[in-house]
Amino acid sequence: MRYLCLIYSDESQWSTMPKADQDKWLAEYGAFSEGIKRSGHYVGSERLEPASAATVVRQRNGKVSVTDGPFIETKETLGGFFMITARDLNEAIQLASKIPGARHGSVEVRPVMEVRGGGT
Amino acid sequence: MVAPDARETVDAVYRTESRRVLATLIRLLGDFDLAEEALHDAFAAAVERWPRDGVPANPRAWLVSAGRFKAIDGLRRRARFDASLVQLAERLDTETGDAVPDDQEGVDDDQLRLIFTCCHPALPPDAQTALTLREVCGLTTEEIARAFLAQAPTIAQRIVRAKAKIRDARIPYEVPTRADLPGRLDTVLQVIYLVFNEGYSASSGPSLTRHDVSAEAIRLGRLLVGLLPEPEAVGLLALMLLQESRRAARSSTAGELILIDEQDRSLWNPELVSEGAALVERALLSRRFGPYTLQAAIAAVHAEAESAAATDWAQIVALYDVLCRADPSPVVELNRAVAVAMRDGPAAGLTLIDAILARGDLTEYHLAHSARADLCRRLGLTAQARASYERALRLTRQEPERRFLERRLETCRDPS
Repeated sequence: MRYLCLIYSDESQWSTMPKADQDKWLAEYGAFSEGIKRSGHYVGSERLEPASAATVVRQRNGKVSVTDGPFIETKETLGGFFMITARDLNEAIQLASKIPGARHGSVEVRPVMEVRGGGT
Repeated sequence: MVAPDARETVDAVYRTESRRVLATLIRLLGDFDLAEEALHDAFAAAVERWPRDGVPANPRAWLVSAGRFKAIDGLRRRARFDASLVQLAERLDTETGDAVPDDQEGVDDDQLRLIFTCCHPALPPDAQTALTLREVCGLTTEEIARAFLAQAPTIAQRIVRAKAKIRDARIPYEVPTRADLPGRLDTVLQVIYLVFNEGYSASSGPSLTRHDVSAEAIRLGRLLVGLLPEPEAVGLLALMLLQESRRAARSSTAGELILIDEQDRSLWNPELVSEGAALVERALLSRRFGPYTLQAAIAAVHAEAESAAATDWAQIVALYDVLCRADPSPVVELNRAVAVAMRDGPAAGLTLIDAILARGDLTEYHLAHSARADLCRRLGLTAQARASYERALRLTRQEPERRFLERRLETCRDPS
């Protein structure tokens, strides 16, 4: 079963971090990715540009509205994700807890909706 | 030929075995709803067959087999309309044939699986308690609603959502690994203690205690200790038994609240006290105890004192010191301050409580203000006592507590 691990963190933490710490941080992400690739749990991952680069699009009654966003005034924003494959939620939680971002921000583990009725 | 008491036997087996049979059926069938239906069908079959054929030698194994068979049979029948069920029925038929446990260990494992699944930290707390009371204890939705002063449809919806999450997020039906056990056990203990407290000190409403909910929590605590005798599980059971031992003494016949120092100690239940104290001893000896055991140890010191005055307050303060390190919280600090007041006098306690409140902690917690009021009253600071009682009164939601505070406030009326 696949789980999408959404990594939320405080962007300002990154931008104010000294270069040496940023490099260390990236190396930790690299090591985590390598580890779950070797163990066969990796499906995909991306790092996102800051939320200030985001645009929100809606269509209502045929009319498209484009605004900057996200609107919600939260400290933690979506900064990237890992798509993993795991036996069950317990294994997914165990893997997600090792994502470096879990130590500073938070990781939301969302099961991917599987097509039902296809056997088990 | 027909055993006249076969029907009674079915009822008795239902009471003692239905939750265990359910726990095993959930594992075999991999689905809560399917297992509940199978449990129902298995007992329906027992009502029909046992009076005719006699009660089987191992009723539990018979019920599990019957339930599994009925479930597979039902899936096959439904498979005529939904082809995907064919595979499921086939898989259950071939895979689970030998998986019916007839040994105690297998049954215990299934019950633990059920407890840990119902108390999975990925479920919201109110769903954990509702699901545990429903699936592990076998309470009806209406009984749970009454216990938590909620509407039955609200509870039903919580249970439905929790089961959906177990299925959709694939929360596994398993006992946590040793590495995960401490954290996961904490959640289970929290759920049990929450249920106990809901019964022991109803957070709102006219009645101070709802006895049957507390009894259910103690039953759960005993079950858990029997299945998994971890020190903190033992400590929690001890804590509940020691608190329960004071039930008859903590309110008057008119339903008025009586604090521990004014309780009639002859009303304390000696069996519960000695069972609780022995469990505290056992948990302490493990040297792997935590907050529940420490709270139980404090309750045991109270329980062993002949009178309020004879209480070993130095020992209680020492235990609170350890508790403050093991599980620091403003509430623990408040309780420690009250114990210090008993050991060193009200002025010492008041200084500590004022420090907590000055930090901005517990300012909305009625017990902080009523404790402060009590110390001021003992120091003769009537005006301050009155102000704190009034503050506490505004914050409490519980009728007997309100009346208690009003009586105390009466004694602080301006003498002029």
